[in-house]
Amino acid sequence: MVDQSAVGRAFTTVTARVEPGRLRFFLDTIGETNPLYRDDKAAQAAGYGAAAVPPTYLFCLEMMDATEPFEFLRALDIDLARVLHGEQRFDYHAPVAVGDTVTFKPHVTSVTEKKGGAMTLVVVETEVTNQHGVHVADLSRTVVVRNARPS
Amino acid sequence: MSAESPSIGDRLVHKEFPPITRHRLALYCGASGDHNPIHVDIDFAKQAGFPDVFSHGMLVMAYLGQALTDAVAPSRIRSFSTRFAAITQLGAKLTCEGTVTELFEDKGERRARLALTTKDQTGEIKLAGEAIIAL
Repeated sequence: MVDQSAVGRAFTTVTARVEPGRLRFFLDTIGETNPLYRDDKAAQAAGYGAAAVPPTYLFCLEMMDATEPFEFLRALDIDLARVLHGEQRFDYHAPVAVGDTVTFKPHVTSVTEKKGGAMTLVVVETEVTNQHGVHVADLSRTVVVRNARPS
Repeated sequence: MSAESPSIGDRLVHKEFPPITRHRLALYCGASGDHNPIHVDIDFAKQAGFPDVFSHGMLVMAYLGQALTDAVAPSRIRSFSTRFAAITQLGAKLTCEGTVTELFEDKGERRARLALTTKDQTGEIKLAGEAIIAL
């Protein structure tokens, strides 16, 4: 079972490029028609460098370009089938647009047992920088591990 | 009421989405890079103790984000967070809403705090979140 020793563990850095075709697939999937995400000219007219990315897309980019998307679960010996997403947070510091290359650096910031050990909350925070070294965002993901009942 | 000069209690965000289908979950699996089989493989979901596949929390958050940026330009969002309060089942018809709960200044900027929810057709809260936006 994951415990306090996991706090501070860092995982492989992921670098991802914001590609217009992959972004369009995501937009089509969620039925998003906002031209700020689809049309460089519309985005530029609104003050963006190029088509913007939607608020949750950084989470996807990290998974898409990770060599091993669930590395943190394997590294902490957590079964994927026992995990639920508990909370998600994004703090945005600078825009991310099509053509940018962003780098994700994840690490564990807390491990908390709940309900007498029936579940464990693991928080992974990820710093995101762009190709110019600008700190563009921070992500915080809380996963809920449903622990097996002690027999 | 506007996104530029809102008052406390204003409902800035409101959008309804079509029912969650297996097809949508399969598309989201590919489009998001989240290949967790629990959302697309009923055999895996049953082995994990669930009656069927269910939505990615992040698909529901993507809908909430869409509802949010229909009202507020993405560049004005300073933070966006949510708790996944309940599993979103197949067939769920989701409604996303956001109401202004606080107006304040931070880092020399006028900002508003929005309380965000996503509910299904029975009114059950699936996501309970918030956003801080620049005005």
